Amino acid sequence: MNIVVLVKQVPDTWAERKLKDADATLDRASVDGLINELDEYAIEEGLQIAEAQRAAGNEAEVTILTMGPEKAAESIRKALSMGADKAVHLLDDGLAGSDGLSTSYALAQVLGQIGFDLVIAGSESTDARMGVMAAMLAERLGVPQVSLANKVEIDGTAIRIRRASEDGYFEVESTLPAVVSVVEKTNEPRYPSFKGIMAAKKKPVQTMSLADAGIDPALVGLGGAATEVVDHTQRPPRQAGTVVKDEGDGGAKVAEFLAAQKFI
Amino acid sequence: MAEILVLAEHVDADVKKVTLELITLARRFGEASVVWTGAGAEEGQARLAEYGATRVYVAADSVYDDYVTNPAAELLAQLVKEKSPALVLVAGNAQGKEVAGRLAVKIDSGVLTDAVDLQPGADGPVAEQSVFGGATIVHSRVRRGTPIVAMRPNAVAPEPAAGDAAIEAVSLSADATGARITNRVVAERSDRPELSEASIVVSGGRGTGGAEGFGVIEQLADAMGAAVGASRAVTDAGWYPHQFQVGQTGKTVSPQLYMAIGISGAIQHRAGMQTSKTIIAVNKDPEAPIFELADFGVVGDLFKVVPQLLEEIGKRK
Ligand SMILES: Cc1cc2nc3c(=O)[nH]c(=O)nc-3n(C[C@H](O)[C@H](O)[C@H](O)COP(=O)(O)OP(=O)(O)OC[C@H]3O[C@@H](n4cnc5c(N)ncnc54)[C@H](O)[C@@H]3O)c2cc1C
Ligand SMILES: Nc1ncnc2c1ncn2[C@@H]1O[C@H](COP(=O)(O)O)[C@@H](O)[C@H]1O
Repeated sequence: MNIVVLVKQVPDTWAERKLKDADATLDRASVDGLINELDEYAIEEGLQIAEAQRAAGNEAEVTILTMGPEKAAESIRKALSMGADKAVHLLDDGLAGSDGLSTSYALAQVLGQIGFDLVIAGSESTDARMGVMAAMLAERLGVPQVSLANKVEIDGTAIRIRRASEDGYFEVESTLPAVVSVVEKTNEPRYPSFKGIMAAKKKPVQTMSLADAGIDPALVGLGGAATEVVDHTQRPPRQAGTVVKDEGDGGAKVAEFLAAQKFI
Repeated sequence: MAEILVLAEHVDADVKKVTLELITLARRFGEASVVWTGAGAEEGQARLAEYGATRVYVAADSVYDDYVTNPAAELLAQLVKEKSPALVLVAGNAQGKEVAGRLAVKIDSGVLTDAVDLQPGADGPVAEQSVFGGATIVHSRVRRGTPIVAMRPNAVAPEPAAGDAAIEAVSLSADATGARITNRVVAERSDRPELSEASIVVSGGRGTGGAEGFGVIEQLADAMGAAVGASRAVTDAGWYPHQFQVGQTGKTVSPQLYMAIGISGAIQHRAGMQTSKTIIAVNKDPEAPIFELADFGVVGDLFKVVPQLLEEIGKRK
């Protein structure tokens, strides 16, 4: 089984993230990059499915696919040290400034070339937070979308998931090939072992340019994006409120505040 | 007048509040045409008329309930081609965003997600988005195709207006395909308001110490007529169900009042509640980041503060 896991490198959520003034794209140079935390669940799911396939006597391989600048290679290394077999890095200056729609086009082109039985994405990226990639890719690739899974089961070429819904969950099924996305309740991502970190150094990483992947440069990057940022500003800090220490009257003080604001 | 498509969210005939918000918003840009998938449109019609919907395209077929996102996106794509609307609005929840994403690919149009406001601009609608955990405000627009915007629930207040909500039957020309829904497991509905719609939300965090301790959050919510929310620490530990999680990977709420009890206020939690109008925090750690957001905070033990608050609320009733 050919499993491709989509991994994005994002700026550290805990660092101060900013858009650049010149072109309103994310300033990736000034903050540390790391694997989108939600993609670690996708990697773990891919590894577990591959392990189960191998245990059943089937061949299985996990490929990491990342589109991003040079720095994103760090995230690829980490994914490989967790246990993925190889990686494809879509790397080209022409991709800078792509929006969701153009990213899905670029990733779909690569997926078309490398082939797949199963594509696994995270539920969203912590920087863009669109949560649309699995849906967009399923549409582009013409395969079922089995997204927002908090439980995944594979049985031959059938895939069954539990899809998190607004007020519970749905049971969803389809056949492979398919695009899956997983939410953070699916599994517990493993830490890379020392052995894994050493082994990762020897694993193959294929770098692809726009030309290699047959991507039309006019459809990606700032110029190819279907959306644009008009302006951006830092939100002024919230006005400091009142904080009191409970001296045995904390509950009463909250009640006074609520009453003054007419909530009770 | 320009036509605006609004994808309705409803439970049978019950129209969700976010749909009324979208209709209200659509009227800023033209005539609101609601797109209704599945059953219940006849009973829901009056409510749509009350908020000024001009018409309702009804696709009363079960495929929308049987397949994940694709039929709804396909129907919208078909309507975009037939009606040439100026704008398509969907609810900015996980399901709505996925429909928006598929639609964007189908009609090769730009999509903006998680908008907290949408205003007319010289080159089409301009969306306001709150990014990086709320630290940055971005205005953006679609520059190719028919703008598709997923609006965050509670971003606009629903305003009644006169409308006919004239029903027009439509149907999908293509067969539905994709992933099939074989079963729906819906949590028992409580009498509490729905989390993403509620005007007051009382949320508990790890500080409640367990499922039993979390009971005090439910008590306070009931005394306040509020919805219950939880931090990820609580839902991960299984003290309260996942669908009540507030934050980046849970629900986004924007109520009049948010009470964070025993929650530290990690950036991923704040991403889901930062735009609440008034915020109250109770936490025993004076350094907890939630106090940076709080309009009123109490440094203290929630198991002392909340029972006293419940008593005070009882006295005032
Ligand atoms: C990709 C990603 C996505 C995430 N998504 C979400 C999300 O959607 N929602 C979310 O909430 N989190 C999310 N998180 C997790 C987030 O980072 C925090 O770990 C989480 O919010 C912590 O929950 P908490 O505040 O309840 O627990 P803690 O951080 O452990 O805080 C508990 C607080 O309770 C206080 N306390 C303890 N006992 C008492 C007492 N008796 N009385 C009063 N106060 C007390 C403590 O002082 C402490 O401040 C996400 C993390 C990642 C990496
Ligand atoms: N540039 C990228 N490279 C690889 N995978 C990506 C990229 N962008 C998004 N993804 C995948 O799509 C998921 C959802 O992203 P988003 O729609 O941006 O919230 C992520 O969790 C990743 O798995």
